[in-house]
Amino acid sequence: MMNDSKKQTLFEKIWNDHLVRDPSNSKQMQVPEVLYIDLHLIHEVTSPQAFSGLRDRGLAVRRPDRTIATVDHAIPTKPSQKGRLEFADDLCRKQIAQLEENARQFGITAYGAENNQNGVVHVVGPELGYTQPGMTIVCGDSHTSTHGAFGALAFGIGTSEVEHVLATQCLLQYKPRTFEVRIEGKLNPGVTAKDIILAFINRIGVHGGTGFVIEYRGSVIQALSMEERMTICNMSIEAGARAGMIAPDETTFAYLAGRPNAPKGEKWEEAVQKWKNLRSDDGAIFDRSITLDISNLEPMITFGTNPGMGIPVTGRIPNPDDSSETSQKNALKKSLEYMGFQVGEKISGHPIDAVFIGSCTNGRLSDLREAASILRNRKVADSVRVLVVPGSQQVKRQAEAEGLDQIFISAGAEWREPGCSMCIAMNGDQIEPGQYAVSTSNRNFEGRQGKGGRTLLASPLTAAASAIAGCVADVRTFLEA
Amino acid sequence: MEPFIKIKSRIAALPLDNIDTDQIIPARFLKITDKKGLGNHLFADWRYDQEGNPIPDFLLNQPEIDGVKILLAGQNFGCGSSREHAPWALTDFGFQVIIAESFGDIFRNNALKNGLLPIQVDPEVHSQIKNLLNQNSSTQWTIDLEQQELFFPDQSSVKFQVDPFSRTCLMNGVDELGYLLTFLDKIVDYESQKQK
Repeated sequence: MMNDSKKQTLFEKIWNDHLVRDPSNSKQMQVPEVLYIDLHLIHEVTSPQAFSGLRDRGLAVRRPDRTIATVDHAIPTKPSQKGRLEFADDLCRKQIAQLEENARQFGITAYGAENNQNGVVHVVGPELGYTQPGMTIVCGDSHTSTHGAFGALAFGIGTSEVEHVLATQCLLQYKPRTFEVRIEGKLNPGVTAKDIILAFINRIGVHGGTGFVIEYRGSVIQALSMEERMTICNMSIEAGARAGMIAPDETTFAYLAGRPNAPKGEKWEEAVQKWKNLRSDDGAIFDRSITLDISNLEPMITFGTNPGMGIPVTGRIPNPDDSSETSQKNALKKSLEYMGFQVGEKISGHPIDAVFIGSCTNGRLSDLREAASILRNRKVADSVRVLVVPGSQQVKRQAEAEGLDQIFISAGAEWREPGCSMCIAMNGDQIEPGQYAVSTSNRNFEGRQGKGGRTLLASPLTAAASAIAGCVADVRTFLEA
Repeated sequence: MEPFIKIKSRIAALPLDNIDTDQIIPARFLKITDKKGLGNHLFADWRYDQEGNPIPDFLLNQPEIDGVKILLAGQNFGCGSSREHAPWALTDFGFQVIIAESFGDIFRNNALKNGLLPIQVDPEVHSQIKNLLNQNSSTQWTIDLEQQELFFPDQSSVKFQVDPFSRTCLMNGVDELGYLLTFLDKIVDYESQKQK
């Protein structure tokens, strides 16, 4: 039997396995650990200044073989007769050209603007098999937490840290604390992984996870597909946690088997054997633990200006005066003012102007299938503009092979090329001031989808139902009995 | 980076909770490939109206903002995205210190790498500062990084925490990559160990 101090969490196993030790360090001063990074994903927005830094210092990229580039934030998604590259402006074009040039100069594999495997970095990494259990993975993007779904330690970093990893394949880090989140109960029809994570963030607040790495566990998590697990881990950062992770299991191995960059043959068998040890030991101690029973969970939607401000789709806009803390009260008041909602108003039935289905949270094939299951043989409301943006070229091809594109187009939605699109509104895809969008993305901050725009976060099912109704709608009324 | 030892300044108060990086610097300003000029777009959507005219009431549009190096925010300042453009915009505008009840993790890391000192204070100290600023916003406050002390206008003071490594980097105006590069041999050892 192990004694308690030897029992490790999944996080600790990966963390300890990646520490570059310096035996000569006398530790006179408290210094951060040197953490080795197995996989570095880069994109056009947060990397150019890091490459400039390397050039200024005359440094090379230390491990181009562990660095992968893709273009997503600034890439246009509007298909055109002349090909897809009608950029929103010259800055977007330059940013992407610069990434491609940096990748070429430094010998990095790049899924550039014309590559038929490109797409949103957190969709591409997993689907090409780059993302694997037990790895440390970083990217200059806060939603890097997505990759934790594979039992990897994955987190977002800033541009200075991108430069550090390019130069050394390492990062200076203090050890975060661990947070066990058990999800138990039974998922009701019409309720999805997106609803679980929105309910969780609502429960602990947008800074409830700050300083922690979350491990999601429990019977509900075990029963989720990889796509659903990615949706959950993706939004860990919206609770303040830099990373969220889920222990790898047969679901994980089945997803990875045969992916282009996954191990093959004997190496695959060896890897799976190793990956099976990547679980928190029984009795391992977490710094914090909570259990969420989702048996009564309804589809969730946000009404405010941070992802913690969520309610069931059957709910009413809360009254700020019911908050005990002054700062909370003020925050709620400010966000209701921005959102144009009245206290006590039912959220369902509130008219909307746009629907966005896509993003690193919900832009995968299973998400598009869910949206299509509602839109099949139905029409979106005349007053609503609907954008369906696949997470990658591969997702797009798979969706088209299944005829999902035709379902969306027949329903009156726009079928786009892959990219971050209206999640971050950098590429020209955006809503107008004052407009309401039900969006499957991850952030409802003021102006996130365009200056003055109002975002309501929800699942692909809820988004599709709302597109048809022309207002916030409960998808359960669309489900066949 | 300029060494950060001690600064004296008035404080600009924006004591809201959960000020996210999309408010600090909206995504449409992230299309640059250098770090220049972001101060002009700091808090752009709160600072300018639809036509791009300054909104007179907003903090950064008031004449007294000139020369202010310290910003007071609420809880969870800098939550959201990993964009280092947020600290670039804040420092380009002239801020050197953010005082808040708490910070987003990635923002805090990014700030420390850009000579921007995040100071976390407990709620009592936070409301004390806020109240004093409500009474008189023209007073001078001192941040002494060496002593890790925040001096109130009446010269009373509170201690603040900053990890010793970041403090050393800030006080010497050096960035962390230089330190990390001294590990190259160890990193090579680690890699060959892993290959076995």
